[in-house]
Amino acid sequence: MKLELRFFASLREGLGLSGESIATPPEVKTIADLRSHLAERGNPWAEVLASTKIIRCALNQEMVADSTPLVEGAEVAFFPPVTGG
Amino acid sequence: MHSFPRLLAAKMQNDFIRVQEADFDLTTEVKTLRKNDPRVGAVVTFVGTVRDMNDGSQVKGMTLEHYPGMTEKSLEEIIQQARGRWDLYKTLVIHRVGPLLPEDQIVLVAVTSAHRGEAFAACEFIMDYLKTAAPFWKKEETPEGSKWVDARVTDDAAMARWK
Repeated sequence: MKLELRFFASLREGLGLSGESIATPPEVKTIADLRSHLAERGNPWAEVLASTKIIRCALNQEMVADSTPLVEGAEVAFFPPVTGG
Repeated sequence: MHSFPRLLAAKMQNDFIRVQEADFDLTTEVKTLRKNDPRVGAVVTFVGTVRDMNDGSQVKGMTLEHYPGMTEKSLEEIIQQARGRWDLYKTLVIHRVGPLLPEDQIVLVAVTSAHRGEAFAACEFIMDYLKTAAPFWKKEETPEGSKWVDARVTDDAAMARWK
């Protein structure tokens, strides 16, 4: 599945990357699957996306739960809990 | 069929969302928001500013990052939720991004309504939701170096009150 990844704030800095276009294997079906798939790349991915870290995710610019299924061509963003206002 | 786009356009003109680097002037914004609207009996505003202290560290300045596109969408969603709960005339949210210094203004929420009760509640609701749902992030400059601000549990608790 083709996806457009976006990273913000401490995740962007930790990965040294603000975005990436990727094609995922068929077993990557949900947000949680994608996060594990990326963490398998080793560091800094493993460290930044470790399951102990609280990370929020947006699918097509809408905040979603980890169990949400991915959709072809989606924009998927990972970021820390928000701190605006 | 023809009334739908017109209604949609009318609705959009009553909600104003701006994400900008520039500062804002409260008096000017309130004047514009309630201009030519004699239905208005209450205007409630909230202004958030930069403190020089956070979590025991001195703050020399900060930089605000956001997620362009999602930020505007999430603020629209927050305002629509407020409209579902209270009768509001106009709403305005301005959120600054980029570098800011202590005492600078960060955010403005302004709401007009017929009566104060609805305006007070809606303004607080919008602000509580913004704190937990709008994609903004603060990075503070302290004497120990720069660090990303951690989200507060008290912000989640403030939002949970509205559920």
